[in-house]
Amino acid sequence: MVSHRPSVGVRTEGITKAFDRNPVLRDITLTVDPGTTTCIIGPSGSGKSTFLRCVNRLEEPSSGRIIIGDEDITRAGTDIDAVRSRVGMVFQGFNLFPHMTVLRNITLALTRVKRMPTDEAVHVAEAQLDEVGLLDMKDRRPAQLSGGQQQRVAIARALAMRPQVMLFDEATSALDPELVKGILEIMKRLAKSGMTMMVVTHELRFAREAAHQVVFLDRGRMIERGPPQQMFNAPASARLKEFLSQML
Amino acid sequence: MPEGMQRLWRTFFDVDQILAVLPELLAVGVPNTLLLALIAVVIGSCLGLVVAMMLISRSASVRLPARAFVDVFRGLPVILTIYLVGQGLPIAGIRIFGGNSYAYAALALGLIEAAYISEIFRSGIQSVERGQMEASRSLGLSYFETMRWVIVPQGIRRVLPALTGQFIHIIKGSSLVYLLGLLPDQREIFSIASDAAHISGTLSPLVAAGMVYLCLTIPLTYAVNAFDRRLREGERPLSEPAPAVAPAPAHQS
Ligand SMILES: Nc1ncnc2c1ncn2[C@@H]1O[C@H](COP(=O)(O)OP(=O)(O)OP(=O)(O)O)[C@@H](O)[C@H]1O
Ligand SMILES: [Mg+2]
Repeated sequence: MVSHRPSVGVRTEGITKAFDRNPVLRDITLTVDPGTTTCIIGPSGSGKSTFLRCVNRLEEPSSGRIIIGDEDITRAGTDIDAVRSRVGMVFQGFNLFPHMTVLRNITLALTRVKRMPTDEAVHVAEAQLDEVGLLDMKDRRPAQLSGGQQQRVAIARALAMRPQVMLFDEATSALDPELVKGILEIMKRLAKSGMTMMVVTHELRFAREAAHQVVFLDRGRMIERGPPQQMFNAPASARLKEFLSQML
Repeated sequence: MPEGMQRLWRTFFDVDQILAVLPELLAVGVPNTLLLALIAVVIGSCLGLVVAMMLISRSASVRLPARAFVDVFRGLPVILTIYLVGQGLPIAGIRIFGGNSYAYAALALGLIEAAYISEIFRSGIQSVERGQMEASRSLGLSYFETMRWVIVPQGIRRVLPALTGQFIHIIKGSSLVYLLGLLPDQREIFSIASDAAHISGTLSPLVAAGMVYLCLTIPLTYAVNAFDRRLREGERPLSEPAPAVAPAPAHQS
């Protein structure tokens, strides 16, 4: 769907995170192979968002290492801004910049981070908007778009940076049911195109259809992980079984 | 009219006195008041923004000096600050503006306003949702670029009405610079009226000054409010046909 850089993998090694001594993540070690999609599922408060946010260090892990490609991004002296420009993130609440047009939302980082000349940035942004079917909305403000359209802009904003890895944190949870499908379609196409993705989601159908690997978190621990068929059809742990039965 | 009423009327509303002072109020006083206020606004806004950024710093060695600045300049009577800056600096040998008391007065007003404005900016900046910072940082923008392009523009828009109050504060505060002794053509509205009142022995020139102040401050309120409304409308759906579904409320996980 989009031309992005050769995909890279992500590896977290012994990630631990505590808020005020309150452990939220405990020793999470996970490998995401280049070009694959990993879905992270688990009950509310289990630490899914925190874990995902550790991957681009929006949240600083208390301990552990994060390796993207062959770069340890938790090493002291890492240029985290440069790393983040290669790791796209899509949020539950869209987080578009409300005081800018849709187009400017996308060109901002292209011009400021990638130092693209304005006309080139506009060109890239328009092409990306076209991909998500919103080119004719480019001069609107985010508030003039529906939630589904806003989220598509947010995805376009991340993809315009040509990321090596994409992180999605419940990208469809704030959407009305009829708008969810469109976003999931885009995410599936992206997964098929060989993007490395880490997706926190409650959409088990999406996980079943698009994920190469599913990870189940509970109370900050990685309880189980495996291919979707195994996780959904033959869950090993009682906790995952219980979680799945509640989701149905 | 009973005698008492007549005296009251002559003291405050002597039309001849008012008409006599009005030309100088408008020709000399208004430009000087506006110039003083403008310089103070510029100093106050620029310095206020810097101080606001310092106030939200995580580092105590950055935050505490800013905190002290705000507490001191908000806590002192305006009159005292004008004296200390306007007379104190030159006496202490910091004669950055030579003997020009007008410039010291503008600086003093600017410092006071910076203290108030920085708190207003801070509250505006802090009212911007955390997700804005996160989205911008996740794209690779640095903290300062995020502030510059994403957070500060939104924060300032939210506090524009509160800033109006400050700008009115500056215009009124400029009346105190007469204390520093101004050259005749440097006098602002209040000094001119005050001089005229001394000469005529009535308070009518001061009433004239009051009317001129209100003619400046009241339209200013409405102008900023109108500007504020226009900015807000830019962020809301316009008359265009609404998109299929209204934006869902965005809750943060
Ligand atoms: N900034 C923070 N300060 C303190 N505690 C936090 C902070 N962020 C998250 N937590 C706590 O960490 C735990 C995990 O939160 P997290 O948001 O990662 O869960 P989640 O699995 O994403 O939940 P949900 O499905 O509801 O989004 C929760 O108990 C939460 O209260
Ligand atoms: Mg979450």
